[in-house]
Amino acid sequence: MNMPADNAALDALIRQRLDEILPQKLEEIRAAKTPSMTIIATKGTLDWAYPPFILGSTAAALGWNVSIFCTFYGLNLLKKDISDLKVSPLGNPGMPMKMPFGPDWFKSLNWNIPNLIQAGIPGFESVATMLMKQTIKNNGVADISELRSLCVEAGVEMIGCQMTVDLFGFTRDDFIPEVKEYCGAATFLPMAQQADVSLYM
Amino acid sequence: MNFDKELDAKGLNCPLPILRAKKALADMTSGQVLRIMATDPGSVKDFAAFAKQTGNELLSTAEKGKEYEFFIKRK
Repeated sequence: MNMPADNAALDALIRQRLDEILPQKLEEIRAAKTPSMTIIATKGTLDWAYPPFILGSTAAALGWNVSIFCTFYGLNLLKKDISDLKVSPLGNPGMPMKMPFGPDWFKSLNWNIPNLIQAGIPGFESVATMLMKQTIKNNGVADISELRSLCVEAGVEMIGCQMTVDLFGFTRDDFIPEVKEYCGAATFLPMAQQADVSLYM
Repeated sequence: MNFDKELDAKGLNCPLPILRAKKALADMTSGQVLRIMATDPGSVKDFAAFAKQTGNELLSTAEKGKEYEFFIKRK
């Protein structure tokens, strides 16, 4: 075999060959790998139940491996019945307050109700939740229970945070049997480390 | 265009058209064509991305008034 006379020439040859071979090799490795995503879900209101389940179900449809780690109020997303999740406009200036029914001029009104009044009206949260559910329905957006079922069906792994289960006095019986495991930060972090996408919600 | 299966995703919003399409494709065999009708304007980009990512071929996209028509060939 005809070896280059000195190391510099050898290095140059190796570098040149690497430039030729490496991009294709990296692309092969990338194409062969199943993408993965881990999500930390920390909120337990109706509005914040959507992002983890929308992204989780969609990623699964794209063929990704997905895990959703539910902790703190996010544990509410694992309860057997999530049809009673609520949303509150109280202290949430980002939430538009529009009516999902009536003539167009009426629907376009934004009901700017002061926090003090919102807080003082009994049942305000329930009414706001009812209105949001109607808006969700009107817009052809999935019902939250349906979206969670789609996630479970598609193989999205639901994980419960054991510490917060204990902290809030839940038992495993409160949650859907599809919860894959109950664990802690030390189990979640290595999963997140390996994931291509890791999101906190 | 000829197709083997049809999915009516009209009135559905993100991510339901994609999820339903995924399900429909799972019941089909390689080379079969799925026709999808949708009304979500976001579905145009979403179906292109879905096809690219999953390897199913997006044969065509057409806008018909406020409706969108997609033909996807199963991988």
